[in-house]
Amino acid sequence: MSVLGPALAASSMLAGVAVAAGVCVPRRARPAAVGVCTAAVGAAALVAGVSALTGGRWSATLPALLPLAGVHLAVDALSGLFMAVAGAVVAVVALYGIGYAGHGLDRRGVQAVLPLFAWTLVMVPVAASVSTFLLLWELMAASSLLLVVAEYRLRASVREAGVWYAVMTHLGLVALLIALVLFATDAGGETFAALRSGAHLLSPAVRGTVFGLALAAFASKAGMVPLHAWLPRAHPEAPSHVSALMSAAMVNLGVYGIVRVGFDLLGGGARWWWLLTLTVGALSAVYGILQAAVATDLKRLLAYSTSENLGLVLIGLGAAGLFASYGAQALAALALAAALLHVVNHAAFKALLFLAAGSVLRATGLRDLDALGGLRARMPATTALFALGALGAVALPPGNGFISEWLLLQSLIHGVALPSVTMSVTLPLAVAAVALAAGLAAATFVKALGVGFLARPRSTEAASARESPPSMLAAMGLCALAILTLALVPGALAAPLARAEKAAGLPTGPELATPDLQLHLNQLSGSLSPLWLAASLTATVLAAAAAVRLVARGRRRRQAALWDCGAGAPTARMQYTATSFAEPLQRVFDDVLAPEQDVDVTPVRESAYLVERVRFQRKVPDRIEHRLYTPVLTMLASVGHAARRLAGGSVHRYLGYGFAGLITLLVALAVTR
Amino acid sequence: MNALGAAAAAAQVALVIAGAPWLAGVMRQVRARLEGRAGAGLAQPWRDLRKLMRKQPTTPVGAGPAFRTAPLLLVATTAVVAALIPLASTATPVSGSADLIVVVALLALGTVALALAGLDTGTAFGGMGASREMTIAALVEPTILMSVFALSIPAGSTNLTTIVSGAAGNPARLASPASLLAAFALAVVTLAETGRLPVDNPSTHLELTMIHEAMILEYSGPDLALVELGAQMRLTVLLGLLASLFAPWGIATTTHLAALLVALVLFATKVTLLAAALAAAEVFWAKVRLFKVPELLAGSFLLALLAVSASFFLTGK
Repeated sequence: MSVLGPALAASSMLAGVAVAAGVCVPRRARPAAVGVCTAAVGAAALVAGVSALTGGRWSATLPALLPLAGVHLAVDALSGLFMAVAGAVVAVVALYGIGYAGHGLDRRGVQAVLPLFAWTLVMVPVAASVSTFLLLWELMAASSLLLVVAEYRLRASVREAGVWYAVMTHLGLVALLIALVLFATDAGGETFAALRSGAHLLSPAVRGTVFGLALAAFASKAGMVPLHAWLPRAHPEAPSHVSALMSAAMVNLGVYGIVRVGFDLLGGGARWWWLLTLTVGALSAVYGILQAAVATDLKRLLAYSTSENLGLVLIGLGAAGLFASYGAQALAALALAAALLHVVNHAAFKALLFLAAGSVLRATGLRDLDALGGLRARMPATTALFALGALGAVALPPGNGFISEWLLLQSLIHGVALPSVTMSVTLPLAVAAVALAAGLAAATFVKALGVGFLARPRSTEAASARESPPSMLAAMGLCALAILTLALVPGALAAPLARAEKAAGLPTGPELATPDLQLHLNQLSGSLSPLWLAASLTATVLAAAAAVRLVARGRRRRQAALWDCGAGAPTARMQYTATSFAEPLQRVFDDVLAPEQDVDVTPVRESAYLVERVRFQRKVPDRIEHRLYTPVLTMLASVGHAARRLAGGSVHRYLGYGFAGLITLLVALAVTR
Repeated sequence: MNALGAAAAAAQVALVIAGAPWLAGVMRQVRARLEGRAGAGLAQPWRDLRKLMRKQPTTPVGAGPAFRTAPLLLVATTAVVAALIPLASTATPVSGSADLIVVVALLALGTVALALAGLDTGTAFGGMGASREMTIAALVEPTILMSVFALSIPAGSTNLTTIVSGAAGNPARLASPASLLAAFALAVVTLAETGRLPVDNPSTHLELTMIHEAMILEYSGPDLALVELGAQMRLTVLLGLLASLFAPWGIATTTHLAALLVALVLFATKVTLLAAALAAAEVFWAKVRLFKVPELLAGSFLLALLAVSASFFLTGK
């Protein structure tokens, strides 16, 4: 009767078929076969997720599948939400991948791993025991790693990105492993049900350790500062549809992990947990968007924007936890709803933005905004779709991102009513962080759209760009449809969000009411009517256009030359580039960004006054990475170098090591026993 | 009843559209008189708009839909904002959706559209103006939202109608330090958002210093008329917002025709006075360097932050 179980089974089976198709089908038909099957995997997961969100529940135990513990699976509304989002992204991306699979992406390895990665994305939220969760989590990390390095033959930077990603994701896994094993040991069971009922047995110190380690692991997966270093490397270097999967679906699972472990399994906790979450989120939001604002690589910009958006989500989670710790359940539910809605919105627009970036990359081979431009005339559909995605990302109405940011701001603003000094200090700063992130996001996406797609082409590659094939456009069109739906009738998600919150252990009624297509906060004052807003904006634009036509007496529009300041005709090189666009912002945030610049003047040999060549270079390196990771890496490298001396090749010395080791061990045993 | 409410909203929009050029005329006249010139007369902006409207629309070669739709969007967002804000009446059909965050976001949408248009032309000036405008807009956003935050704490809502009618019913709230600090922060932000001195000089045509003008250099004819009208409307709406938030007396809270008429007249008077004061102040100000503007905005952000803390600690919650 419930479609949940069958849908999940179908999804898994289709994933198997898709992997087999990736291995067996001949190269020509391979992308199509794999793409269709993977899209079906996503569609089945979407069906399952939606059915869970409408109230379905399902669980299963397969003891024979894994030795010792067996496999435990369960679906509630919370996992349903993340499964539905991942499923939708997978379906769209798989369709897109059919057309995108050039440049060696139709190789057997890539095509076989893609469905596996897609399947783990939809299955991680289904896991209901520590061993199952960790297994799927690691499978997801490993398969995504293989996809990140898919283009290793084309660029040397791919290998570096792969190493960074592999190391960071596995450090995360170690932290998560320790956290969950600690939890399971003290709670007396490893299924999520046992953890949930045994959470009260943990001492506060252990609870704190478990949450801290899990937060580090999950926040790193979500690309939070300072554990974000892998994200701006892996996202740009991965093939674009894989970037879309990672950025729109995989990072969400970090959020899922925090909600599942923090709210559901541990049942909330000390205030510092949530203050920490909120701080990490706020820092990531501002730092991420600041790096995006000065980035010139289109995909790197989008990657940093992911850091920003997930930061906003974490602000919501932190606020929800804080409110819950003060007993303000309604506010907590509102903040959590804002966070979850932002996950959905972000998935929709970020998938579209990455797919559009992939479409540009395919047409021009360029990711550098400084060399793009003028795509509007050559790739009109891609430009329009990117513009729609950017509207979602800048958090302005009538975009979809605005609605969740509005909810987030509402929850933060109303939270000040709580009688606590901590809150009255924290919440204004959180609002300021959200506002600064929103302002910088506007500048960032104006830059991405205005410099990358509008204006005139700055390179021959951009000038000879061709529109993408229909299958890619259709996939992006589906994303656009999702964005429009989320932007105009977000109220449709009110009930599912309330169910997801209930599953996360915040037992309140629906926080959002939707009378006549409005979004209304139930227990607090505030309402928003996105549909009417969009309609009135459209109507006013049309009215203004009609009025102008009437007054201008229907004169025809004429093409005119650009104003050339009295000099020669303006060339494409005179245009503002992404670097110059971001220069004022970079100068304002000089102290935070710490750009490195280098002027190299070569004088003519005979004279010190005549200059032959001036070379100017400016880089804005990721400062946190620079300060935090480089010293550690240098130290590790020097330890490694020093350790080389230990292995001199003398057998006598090795025997000496063995002897000394044995003696030390025996002495240690004698002392401790 | 509802019909009169709708009429009130329509009257607000009409008054803003028709009055904005006059307001610009008043400001220029005040400025001219204080500088010892005769001035061009109050209706000169109107005459300029009429002249521009009759010209043939032109598009520079290579500019696309962003360039063409930006003026329309600028005017449209401001018109919608003019309908949302309780300028003359709090009893309009849209008063339930008159959210301060939405208002701020709609104005930002107009800014973004114009910045995109500036980039779309592909000239150095367009890009320069867009870059500077977005830099300032990005820094203005936190201040505005903090002031919104400070104002919404006593009202318990970000809904403008609630804030305004609450303040009208309880004038003591307006004299609180929180409200004054927020008012000052919002005033600075208004200067930055509308491109007035000391942030930008609206009458400059010196390329290296301008922000707003640089973005719209390629506009001419009806498009330029719309951009000019849009900028004037933005100023009117923001001054009106300041007037409604910090001097809400006289705003119609019921749907009586007489109350509405009085409110419209009062709104016009308040905004004209504010504009005249601004124009008089501008005579004594110099434009600050572009890279000093962030300091000004940071200062106003600090005021807004203080406003929030003041409103928290002084209301004793």
